[in-house]
Amino acid sequence: MIDLTVVWAVIIGFAIVAYVVMDGFDLGIGILFPFFKVGKDRDTAMNSIAPVWDGNETWLVMGVGGLLAAFPLAYAIILPALYAPMIAMLLALVFRGVAFEFRWRDPAHRALWDVAFTAGSVVATFAQGIALGALLQGITVEGRAYAGGWWEWLSPFSVLTGFGLMVGYALLGACWLNWKTEDGLQRQAITYAGRLGIALLLMIGAISLATLTLEAQYSQRWLSFPGVLATAQVPLATLVVTFMFYRSLKLKKDAQPFVWALALFGLCLVGLGVSIWPDVIPARVTIWEAAAPYRSQVFMLVGASIMIPIILAYTAWSYWVFRGKVGHDGYH
Amino acid sequence: MIEQEWAILLARIQFAFTVSFHFIFPAFSIGLASYLAVLEGLWLKTGKGVYANLYRYWLKIFAIVFAMGVVSGIVMSYQFGTNWSVFSDKAGPVIGPLMAYEVLTAFFLEAGFLGVMLFGINKVGRKLHFVATLAVAVGTFVSAFWILSVNSWMQTPVGFEMGANGQFLPGESWWTIVFNPSFPYRLVHTLLAAYLTTAFIVGAVGAWHLLRDKANPGARKMFSMAMWMATIVAPLQILAGDMHGLNTLEHQPAKVMAMEGHYQSHPDGAPLILFGIPNSAEKRVDYAIEIPKASSLILKHDLNAPLAGLDTIPEADQPPVGIVFWAFRIMVAIGFAMLGIGLWSLFARWRKRLYDWPLLHKFAVAMGPSGLVAVLAGWVVTEVGRQPFTIYGLLRTADSASPLDAPAVAASLLAFVVVYFAVFGMGIWYLLRLMKKPPEAHEAPLSDAPIRTAGLTPAPAILEGENK
Repeated sequence: MIDLTVVWAVIIGFAIVAYVVMDGFDLGIGILFPFFKVGKDRDTAMNSIAPVWDGNETWLVMGVGGLLAAFPLAYAIILPALYAPMIAMLLALVFRGVAFEFRWRDPAHRALWDVAFTAGSVVATFAQGIALGALLQGITVEGRAYAGGWWEWLSPFSVLTGFGLMVGYALLGACWLNWKTEDGLQRQAITYAGRLGIALLLMIGAISLATLTLEAQYSQRWLSFPGVLATAQVPLATLVVTFMFYRSLKLKKDAQPFVWALALFGLCLVGLGVSIWPDVIPARVTIWEAAAPYRSQVFMLVGASIMIPIILAYTAWSYWVFRGKVGHDGYH
Repeated sequence: MIEQEWAILLARIQFAFTVSFHFIFPAFSIGLASYLAVLEGLWLKTGKGVYANLYRYWLKIFAIVFAMGVVSGIVMSYQFGTNWSVFSDKAGPVIGPLMAYEVLTAFFLEAGFLGVMLFGINKVGRKLHFVATLAVAVGTFVSAFWILSVNSWMQTPVGFEMGANGQFLPGESWWTIVFNPSFPYRLVHTLLAAYLTTAFIVGAVGAWHLLRDKANPGARKMFSMAMWMATIVAPLQILAGDMHGLNTLEHQPAKVMAMEGHYQSHPDGAPLILFGIPNSAEKRVDYAIEIPKASSLILKHDLNAPLAGLDTIPEADQPPVGIVFWAFRIMVAIGFAMLGIGLWSLFARWRKRLYDWPLLHKFAVAMGPSGLVAVLAGWVVTEVGRQPFTIYGLLRTADSASPLDAPAVAASLLAFVVVYFAVFGMGIWYLLRLMKKPPEAHEAPLSDAPIRTAGLTPAPAILEGENK
C-alpha cells in the first residue's frame, strides 16, 4: 500500500518547489529594482509580474497551510522556532504586496512605494533564507514543542543562507527580465544575470560545505562510500547546468537562461533532500512522527489530487494570457 | 502577572488586532466581487455603458481592497503557528485539512483569475473576462465557506476523537465536522453581513456624489442598487441573526448570557436589557433599562420561560461580560438602522424622490462604514463570547499558546500595529480618494496606459460598445 505520509511529503515538497519557481523571480525583481532606471524601465519590470505575483505568493500559503494540515506537529514546532524571521517576512510581504497597487495610485509618492517594494522583497527573501539555514543547523525540540529562545535562528550559517537565497532570487529575477523585456532593460538584465550566476555558484559551494559540518547525518549521507558515488552527481550536475546557463546567456536566448537558473535551484533542492530526507524538521522530527492521522491525509488527498491539476492548468492559462514581451506600457 | 500570562495576553491582542484589520478587507471584497460580477453581467446583457463605467470605477477600488486582504490574510495563516502552536498541534488534524481546502479551492482561484480580471480584458475578450470575474467572486465565497467552517468547529466542536497524544483527531465523517451545528447559521449571517457592508459603502459613495450632482447616471445607478440591497437584505439579516442567536443559545449558552447581561438566572421569565452598564464585580447590570420577560419571549418564544444566568456557569468558564454585552448592542443597533434606511429608500422610491432627498443621502453617507463596524462588533461577540476557550469547552485559550517569551510577542505586536496603521492607513486613504471622484461617463480602465504587448492582437476592447 502507498504510504500517504510520503505522498504528503511529496506534495508539500512540490508546493515549496512551485513557490520557489514562481515567486523567486518576482522577489528577485524587487531585489534588483533600485538598479533600474526610474520611469519606463521600473514600470516595465513591475508590469512583467503584476498580473501573476498574487498567484505566485499563494504557493507560500499552500506550503504552510499544507504543513499545518499534513504535518501539524512540524508546523507547531517550526513557526515558534522561526518567530522573528517569519514575522519579518510577513510584514515585508505586506509592504511588497500593496506596493504593486499603491505605486500606480499615488505617483507623488511612487519613490516611497518603490523603496517599500524593494525593502519588502529583500527582507522577505532574506527571512526565507534564514529560515532554511536555521532549520538545517538544527532547532531545539523538547517533547512536542520548540524549546529554544527567540534568537536561536541567528547564526553565521543562517545569515549565509539568507544572502545565498537573495543572490539566487536576484538571478531568477534577472533571467525573467531577460525573457520578458526588450532593449536597455534586457541588456541590463543580461549583465546582472552573468554576474549573479557566478555569485550563486560560490554561494552554493560555501553553503554546501558548511552544511556538511552541521550534523553528522548530513556528512554521512554525502560522503560515506558507496553513497558518495551517487551524491557526487549533484555537484557535478550543478557544474554542467551552470555551463549550460552561461551558454544560453551567450547565445542570447530569451527563456533558456531562466530555465537553467531554475534547474540550479532544483539541484539545490535535490541536495537538500539528500541531507534531510525523511525528516520534516531536519535531524529532529521525521515525517512519520509529525504526520496527521490517516483520515486527514485521505480527505485532503481527494481535494489535492483534483484541485492541484486544475490549479496548474489555470495558472498556466494565466501565464499564457500574459505571454510575450511586456511592452513599454505593460499590461496596465 | 507571570511572564507566561503576559505572553498569552499579548498574543491574544495580536490575534485580535491582525484578524480584525484583516477582516475589514474581505468583508468588503466578498460583496464587492459579487457586485462587480453583477455589473459586468448586466453590461454584457444590456450593453448599457453605465454598467461598464461602474464596473471600471469599482474595479480600481477592488484591486486595492483585494491586495490589502491578501497580504493581511497571509499573516493569519502563519499566526496560528507563530503564536498558537499548541492549539495548532492539537487541532491541526481537524482544522488543517479544512484550511488546506480553502487554499486549494479558493485562494488559487481568486489569485489565478485576478490578474485576468484586472488587466486582461483586452487579451481574452469579454466572455472569458466575465468568467474570470465570476471565478474571483466564487473564490471569495468558497474562501468564506471553509474558514467559517473552521471557526464554527472551534465554537461547536463535533465529529472528533481524542488521540492518545492529546490531538483532536477526525472521526468517521468529515461531513459532520464541516457542517458542524453552528456553521450554516454563521455562514449565512457572515455572507449577508458582507453583502450589506458592500451595499452601504457603495450606497454612501453614490449618495455622496448625488449630493453634488443628482443627475450623475453612475451615482444614481449605484445608489439605487445599494438601496435595493439594504431594503431586501437588512430584514433577512435580522432574521438570520435571530436564528444564529437561538443556535448559540442551544450550543453556547454562556455566550448568550453575556450578550444579554444575565448574571442571574430568571426562573419565571427573563427581562430584555436594552441598555445598562454591566458590573461584573457585583454581578449585576447597573442603570439597566429593561423590558420585563422580553428576553424569554425572544429566546424561548414564551414570556414565562425560565432562563439560566451566568450563576449556573463556573466562574472559570465564564466569558467577559462587558465587551460582549456592548459589542452585541452596537451590532444590533446598526442592523436596525440599516433596516430603517432600507425602508426609507423604499418610501423615497414610491415618492419618486430617491435621487432628490438630501437628508436621505446624508444619512446614507453617514452609514457608509456602518457595515464594517457591525461586522467587527459581531465577531467580537462571537470570539470573546467563546472565551475562555479556543475550542469551546475543550481547550482553554491559556493552554493554546506557543511557548514564547513575552518580549518577542510584544515586539511583533508593536511591529504589526505600526506597519498596519501606516500601510493600510495609506491604502484606505487611496480608497477614499478614488471614491471621492465621481463615476464618469467614460471611466478609465484600471490604468491610464493602453495595452501593447508584442505579438498579440488585442481582442475587442471594453471601451468599444459602451454608452449605447
